[in-house]
Amino acid sequence: MKWTFSKLIWLALLLPLTLVASASAAPNFPELTGHVVDRASLLPRDVETRLETVLKKHEDMSSNQVVVVTIHSLEGRTIEEYGYQLGRHWGIGQADKDNGVLLIIAKNDRKMRIEVGYGLEGSLTDAIASNIIQAVIRPEFKKGRFSQGIQKGVESILLAIAGTYKSKSVSNHDGIKEWFHYLILVVIGIFFISGFFGSNHSGGGRGGRGGSGYISTGGFGGFGGGGGFSGGGGGFGGGGASGGW
Amino acid sequence: MFHRLILIVLTATVLAGCGINNIPTYDEQVNSTWAQVENQYQRRSDLIPNLVNTVKGFAAQEQETLTAVVEARAKATSIQMDSELLNNPEALEKYEQAQGSLGRALGRLLMVTENYPDLKSNANFLALQSQLEGTENRIAVARRDFIQAVQAYNTEIRTFPGKIWHSLLYSDMEKRETFKATTENAEQAPTVNF
Repeated sequence: MKWTFSKLIWLALLLPLTLVASASAAPNFPELTGHVVDRASLLPRDVETRLETVLKKHEDMSSNQVVVVTIHSLEGRTIEEYGYQLGRHWGIGQADKDNGVLLIIAKNDRKMRIEVGYGLEGSLTDAIASNIIQAVIRPEFKKGRFSQGIQKGVESILLAIAGTYKSKSVSNHDGIKEWFHYLILVVIGIFFISGFFGSNHSGGGRGGRGGSGYISTGGFGGFGGGGGFSGGGGGFGGGGASGGW
Repeated sequence: MFHRLILIVLTATVLAGCGINNIPTYDEQVNSTWAQVENQYQRRSDLIPNLVNTVKGFAAQEQETLTAVVEARAKATSIQMDSELLNNPEALEKYEQAQGSLGRALGRLLMVTENYPDLKSNANFLALQSQLEGTENRIAVARRDFIQAVQAYNTEIRTFPGKIWHSLLYSDMEKRETFKATTENAEQAPTVNF
């Protein structure tokens, strides 16, 4: 190869002319508005606010970015495709740690997925993610209790990241499970009635369900409507688990 | 002499801005995405002995299916995996076929496990199954990334500014091969028998 000076000059003159910026058509992803992007309106306002606070606090402490996304439809994609592409699109997780997690719920497709960034695959393994979906979220979703399911799911995800999540058993026999559920409810009800008997009557037998065990958030200060949150550029490679309900 | 030096430095800066580095950059991306593909196949391969042993404990009579998985795994892992594989279309295709038949053998194994309710509710098996599913998904992602990287590289060396750099500087870097199809007969619609 003979390197003549004029050849170089010619190239230097010609090349910038051809550099046309190719605008790539972005797929239809929702906008990242905060730690909770509730496009399918599955969460009441107060729950959304509380989750946002919990997840922001978790990020401040650990730099992990855990984001909840609900959408109406996957628009023909599989949730596995959608999950890692959305994670990359938003860049959830810090660039040097890849410590992002997405909990995605596609309402009309009845599909959900926990998408785990490279950096958290060690603590939030596929097996744990699958267990959270099958044993924690799905039972709630099957009863139409999306808000409960999402809250418990987030709680479990945070526990798993901390390494303290205990896998729960998944029963394949729905009939028996239903039956057991009622039995447990009745037992809880009896406990509650006997516990509160004599002191004061607060609520009925089902009263114990709501806030128990939910991660307490401390103060509610500092919530600014999700402004200022953006992905740190974390990477995703398809880790996690999916399920339906 | 001095002016010439300044000119060379200037030209180098301008050239770097208009894509002289693109070909090596894309080439490196092909290599790193390929490493990820191998990585995930290896991960799947590592899961198999455990899976086979767990299934054996509950469904020993499925000997044929189990043996098929073990043999397919042995065949897939016998292929030497190194960067040379990428530059050798035949070896790449062989590797693809071996991994493909391992995938199908695993699919059959998971299908017969449906007949064993005890196995299906075994915590160890469920964990292994979800890991395997996760790995299959990672393989799919890694393959897609690799195919995209190869496409970007091939496009770069065959379209305008890149083509010139290719002929001037990088003529020893050839067009890359990628996966042919996702599975055997992927272009045919599956037949369903009832």
